[in-house]
Amino acid sequence: MKKLLFLIALIGILTSCNQGDDIISNPPVEVETKAYDFNQELPDLSVYHLPATWTTQDNEEIQMEDLRGNVLVMVMIYTSCKAACPRLIADMRNIEKQVPEKDLDKVKFIMVSIDPETDTPQRLKEFSQDNLMEDDHWMFLRGTPEDTREFAAVLAVSYKKISPIDFSHSNIISVFDEDGVLVHQQEGLGVDNKETIDAIHKEVSN
Amino acid sequence: MKTIFRLAVCFAILIQGQVYSQSGSMVKVTGGKFIPLYGTKEAVKVNDFQMDVYPVTNREFAEFVQKNPRWKRSQVKALFADESYLQNWKDDVIPGDEQLLNSPVTNVSWYAAKNYCECQGKRLPTVDEWEYVAMADETKADARVDKSYNKYILSWYETPQTFRNEIGSTFKNYWGVYDLHGLVWEWTIDFNSVMISGESRNDSTGDNSLFCGASAVGASDLMNYAAFMRYAFRGSVEARYSVKNLGFRCVKDENSEAL
Repeated sequence: MKKLLFLIALIGILTSCNQGDDIISNPPVEVETKAYDFNQELPDLSVYHLPATWTTQDNEEIQMEDLRGNVLVMVMIYTSCKAACPRLIADMRNIEKQVPEKDLDKVKFIMVSIDPETDTPQRLKEFSQDNLMEDDHWMFLRGTPEDTREFAAVLAVSYKKISPIDFSHSNIISVFDEDGVLVHQQEGLGVDNKETIDAIHKEVSN
Repeated sequence: MKTIFRLAVCFAILIQGQVYSQSGSMVKVTGGKFIPLYGTKEAVKVNDFQMDVYPVTNREFAEFVQKNPRWKRSQVKALFADESYLQNWKDDVIPGDEQLLNSPVTNVSWYAAKNYCECQGKRLPTVDEWEYVAMADETKADARVDKSYNKYILSWYETPQTFRNEIGSTFKNYWGVYDLHGLVWEWTIDFNSVMISGESRNDSTGDNSLFCGASAVGASDLMNYAAFMRYAFRGSVEARYSVKNLGFRCVKDENSEAL
């Protein structure tokens, strides 16, 4: 098991090093009428420049860039968290409820684990089932500790392991446009979601 | 005359080679427990690891940039570095006139520093690891209670432009590591991990809804003002920032191959 983890970590390191900008991952098939142009160059501030590989709750490997063309609503959590995370999850569900049904296939709600050692794909899957987050627009991701740290840096999320089972972390929900550029952040728990929902709506209609 | 010149060139190359190999070298740090200034009131455990003896130099970073064009000043994505990135370099691959090849590289973002270490098969140190090694003076592993140790660091904080000095120009500490104090500030992998917040949940300055476990964070030794400055500085930068007195060095897990 340790060996496997090491291998995964190694792959992470190898892929994160020395990569040029010329990597092209296969864009998903676009069926929308108002098609997103996958050939246009990504803006400099796009989160899709992050070369990391992530594992989903269905044990599939993805690059962030595979999500290109979607509006992303992202939050960093860990499944064993008992304090703030359930409220963060509630905030995410609240936001999701207020996004019109017709828009939901253009939006992904993504939970990224800050505790990849504990949060195996299996565990993320169970968490998604327990929290009734099984629709296609819900996604749970885990990566290597290094890639997770890098992703948190992009989101300006701080976290630190404060005991074997607990993390201290900031509670930020971030919205990214179709190009992966950060367009809105809401900070804190149980805050008014209106601006976040407006931001999602604006990006979906663009 | 010609032979003398040739000899001189050979000699120069030799010396350069020596300095170069030195700058890539690492020393072993034996792990242990210590109570850092912030982040916990309990002792944290640091495992054995190896640390670069010196900060990464302009020369080394120039080589890295040549091999990894995405970190050239003209090509780096704004996501990974602000506009100060390598700002005083002559061009994409040549450090500026005032930047000695053997001086620590600065004006590098956290992303660039992190990737540099990864490309060497290393990583950036954690805050805990960095602070653990940096508590040492020349003779003791933990000199934090020494007046002279704190005075030295604080007087450095008041000295301008020490980032222009060459590596190895400060003291060699207990572990055999140079320049942790006296030259440049250094990136850590989890620089963004410590959240300065009130001691108690009722403290009006701490916004407790922002953090899980916020009350676990507090100062354990406010007397250690120098360290306080470092934690405050780390809390003030973002990963894209490229600051003129902020460099980095890498570490490696002891026995990372044996896993």
